Amino acid sequence: MSRENILHKVRTALGRSAGQAPAPPPAARLRLPEMDADARVNSLMAKVAALAGKTRRVDSPQAARDYVAALLDGRRTVASNAPFLAECGITALAGVRSGISAREDLRQACASADLGVTCADYALADTGTLVMLSSREEARLISLLPPVHVAVVPQARILTGLDELFTLLPRPAEQTSSMVLITGPSRTADIEQILVRGVHGPGEIHVVVVG
Amino acid sequence: MSVVFDEKIHQTLDDSKLQLAIYTATGRLMEKRREAVAAGILPDYQELRTQANDLKKHTIENLDYYLEQFEANVTAHGGKVVYCKDATEVADFVLSLARERGAGLIVKSKSMTTEEVDLNERLEHHHLESVETDLGEYILQLAHERPYHIVAPALHKTRYQVADLFTEKLGVPNETVIEKQTMIARGVLRQKFLAADIGISGANFLVADSGAVVLVENEGNARLTTSAPKIHVAVAGLEKMIPRAQDLAVFLKLLGRSATGQELTVYTSFLSGPRRGEEIDGPDEFYVVLLDNGRTRLLADRDKRQSLYCIRCGACLNHCPVYRKIGGHSFPWVYSGPIGAIITPQFLGVTHEPGLPFASSLCGACAEVCPVKIDIPQVLLDLRSEVKKTEAREGHGKLERLAFRIWAWIMRHPGIYEMLGAMAASVAPPAENAGWLRDVPAAFNLPPVRAWLSQRDLPPPPARSFRQMWRRR
Repeated sequence: MSRENILHKVRTALGRSAGQAPAPPPAARLRLPEMDADARVNSLMAKVAALAGKTRRVDSPQAARDYVAALLDGRRTVASNAPFLAECGITALAGVRSGISAREDLRQACASADLGVTCADYALADTGTLVMLSSREEARLISLLPPVHVAVVPQARILTGLDELFTLLPRPAEQTSSMVLITGPSRTADIEQILVRGVHGPGEIHVVVVG
Repeated sequence: MSVVFDEKIHQTLDDSKLQLAIYTATGRLMEKRREAVAAGILPDYQELRTQANDLKKHTIENLDYYLEQFEANVTAHGGKVVYCKDATEVADFVLSLARERGAGLIVKSKSMTTEEVDLNERLEHHHLESVETDLGEYILQLAHERPYHIVAPALHKTRYQVADLFTEKLGVPNETVIEKQTMIARGVLRQKFLAADIGISGANFLVADSGAVVLVENEGNARLTTSAPKIHVAVAGLEKMIPRAQDLAVFLKLLGRSATGQELTVYTSFLSGPRRGEEIDGPDEFYVVLLDNGRTRLLADRDKRQSLYCIRCGACLNHCPVYRKIGGHSFPWVYSGPIGAIITPQFLGVTHEPGLPFASSLCGACAEVCPVKIDIPQVLLDLRSEVKKTEAREGHGKLERLAFRIWAWIMRHPGIYEMLGAMAASVAPPAENAGWLRDVPAAFNLPPVRAWLSQRDLPPPPARSFRQMWRRR
């Protein structure tokens, strides 16, 4: 109802006419630093640790499974449908539910789970960030509802930072309805500026780098 | 300055606990920001600010083009854009959506734009339950208060006040340990998230080339609000637009650092439309409400339209010597601090609180820390001039104008100036009597003079005037 009215007001205020193309915007500013694989892994792990996340670098998918197995300790766990988690053998561990494709099932499983295991699509070395794209392999709620989030990160997916991410994915909306960057455990400081972790999302986060 | 503004300022100044709370909180945020943008940590900080300013300027000056591009992309991804001219239209849209879908419970994540239109009150008036889920905002909703600060809404509340509030409103035993208070809120709000029919969020950025809403937060409540319910409604001011997803590489580096000193906040969500094809979860319906509410009027002003570049980081509040004394609730509207002082008069009219643009020392700290380089002091000066012009049009300040006209006449007549100067010096008390103007006879001690003298004074006159010395040189 107000669409035409508002657009008209905007054009009048700016002295523009309908359909008038703008001058090109300032060129995008993306800088890609040189950084070798080990440096990326080390930076990612150091940043995650600085945010009170737990980190482990393992050399094989089986070692990743062993790390997760030790962590489970009989707790209820939901794992995503990422093929790499199956390849590691994580989805076959006792107590792990995986392969859920119905929204309601997934929601209930996540709401009552103690741990959520995902495979990050990318990670950012310079900020300690996990990048999660929603798809049939990765749901939104697995990294959100359970109080503990375990993210498995194949080493080759570690990018230097935001600039490399947006160089690789200039338009994330073409691939997914939801791209989420996760930098450390959920936190708040809303009462007297005292830091408390795990207010709504997971208060504990594990990053397992494979390779 | 209105009486209410003056009263609220004095209430805040007289509350020593509150003064300490504001000083500590803003001081800590200043320190964290300073570390995060230091040259050793972020060498290209100034270049990023320049790029952010260039991008915002370009987008605002071509806003109609980007609004249409944004709308086309949201629609292509199965979402819907709704333009609203004011608060009533936003509330009407949400109410009719809730009615059509049979919704009763709404969860909300932090949004200054919905505060601006009093959305919760309007929805509650129609018997919809609308729950704030950011911890600070939740506390304020229980206390029926407005945010004290753009990014730290409950910075004026102590743990003891929160304990009493939770006991009174939630019926839980009195709990003063902050970790436990946070977990009480988590438990209550988790149930709300899982039962809610609609999630309402704000937007930190609208991305034109993607039709995406970007949300920046630390708690995870915005993710829950936009992922758990079947309907997501984002409410955003028109000016939140940026051209490309790639521009986030600039804005995200500035926003977290300027707000809380974080390189990135814990969660950054880039949301474009309802869940697609084989995606397992996410909302079925996605709406973006684009709010005008006075923004198009502001756009027409070439010099002041830069006020719309703001990305709501709150750095100008933390660094403002005035905000740090008078606090957030003294300001007449939901936006406080220097940014509030420039946008409130432009949204609500300069006569809403004529004292507001004058409540600044023009020290320039706000402009120095602004990540998008808004020249706040210049806009304040423009607004001061507008206030004075409006007052003159409405016939206010006649006495003041008369006084200045007399003063101007005297200044143009050197003989009379010297004569009056000599007269003033001859009636002045002895030089050792500091504060001589404060002791003026009661007949001249009128309220405006008294108010002026309460903060300052003239020094005693010298034995010989400059003119006398000049003649005897």
